[in-house]
Amino acid sequence: MKLTLKVWRQQDPTSPGKFVTYEARDIIPEMSFLEMLDEVNEGLLARGEEPIAFDSDCREGICGTCSMVINGLPHGGQKATTACQLHMRLFTDGETITIEPWRARAFPVVRDLVVDRSAFDRIIQAGGFVSVFTGGTPDANLIPIGKPDADLAMDAAQCIGCGACVAACKNASAMLFVAAKVSHLGILPQGRVEKDRRVLRMVQAMDKEGFGSCTVTGSCEAVCPKEISLRFIARMNRDYSVSLLKGGE
Amino acid sequence: MNTSNSRCNSSLGKKYVMAITGLALFGFVIGHMVGNLQIFLGKEVLNAYGAFLKSKPLLLWGARLGLLATVSFHVWAAIRLTQENRAARPVRYAVTKPIGASYASRTMLMSGLIVASFIVYHLLHFTMGGLDPELLTFLDEAGRHDVYRMVVVGFSTLRVSIFYLVGMALLCMHLSHGVSALFQSLGLKTGVFGGWIDGFAKISAIVIFAGNCSIPMAVMCGFLK
Repeated sequence: MKLTLKVWRQQDPTSPGKFVTYEARDIIPEMSFLEMLDEVNEGLLARGEEPIAFDSDCREGICGTCSMVINGLPHGGQKATTACQLHMRLFTDGETITIEPWRARAFPVVRDLVVDRSAFDRIIQAGGFVSVFTGGTPDANLIPIGKPDADLAMDAAQCIGCGACVAACKNASAMLFVAAKVSHLGILPQGRVEKDRRVLRMVQAMDKEGFGSCTVTGSCEAVCPKEISLRFIARMNRDYSVSLLKGGE
Repeated sequence: MNTSNSRCNSSLGKKYVMAITGLALFGFVIGHMVGNLQIFLGKEVLNAYGAFLKSKPLLLWGARLGLLATVSFHVWAAIRLTQENRAARPVRYAVTKPIGASYASRTMLMSGLIVASFIVYHLLHFTMGGLDPELLTFLDEAGRHDVYRMVVVGFSTLRVSIFYLVGMALLCMHLSHGVSALFQSLGLKTGVFGGWIDGFAKISAIVIFAGNCSIPMAVMCGFLK
């Protein structure tokens, strides 16, 4: 396969970036999108040019590190797929592919396609601790949890914090991410002790980072590689109002 | 807790304001439509309804001021949220695709602005008589304001009726997303009836469109005269 890539190149957070066009030759359809970029970077290195900087880690779709908007869609828009699991067979020979970093005030560009997602870490930190019994090792399954609750909590816990929800949202809102994190702890008895305080603090941290608000378009849910549902946002909206009515923390 | 004020001023707090005022305005739109549909029961019923509303000035002005306040809060929250949402993405994408997002959901600001200007026009037209002062001077046999004749004369101009149809189309597009989103924002779009809300929003938008448009359409067709 032969492809034309239009890639966002930016030296550092403060310099202005621009799109640079590259030719990608001898691309095998079985390659993943990141392997294709590796191939392009090999060519750039051989010519003595700076390779394209992009984030990646596990390359098996579970870490949430790879982050790029491919032809206007975070992770390329294939259902329930991260960019590392996206394959070149989905593209057509001769196609022009535009690759951009996540765009959000809260995710400043570090270099090229790499953005700083530590805003998510700070939201998680704002969530605080979960109270647990210390002492002797507890028996397994000591706390009974209904199957529906366990399933729902696991659905929320699938979030890998990649930020595609923010990247896809027209408001750069982090509601799906925060809702998933609030829900996966709030649904389980272990996380229920600090539930009210947690939702208030995490929403406050989210607003402080400069993410937008939710206008319920559903773009986040459509691009989420872990298919986190919008119903978690509804759940967080309810948890937040209940917590407010109780008088907060 | 910091202060309840800062919590209510959070992004979620403003969404609650948006949702609660939106729900109130949705209720008004339905009540307004049901009241107006009495035109199909004849001149006597509609004029009596008009006279009834005018006979309770405290209630009428209470409702009007309440609506004005509700609209003000709705618009205030919309402006603040839009400003914050725009600031959240200072650099735009070169390529965008609206995946998973309906047209109505992406154009709430525009449909809202057009509906707001439609409401101003509608008030000038039938409440204040700013466009044609004669409309408010019609009297029926019983000496009451002839609402029936006002509506028929008001809608007998083609371009006015068409403008009303366009206004209703945008209002109903706004509602088809807004009614569903307000339940989401209030955290009520969960559980058993969560799945019904999208359908409820779309059906209510269609019913409101059909109900309200039936009046200018009936006048244009000569059914009401």
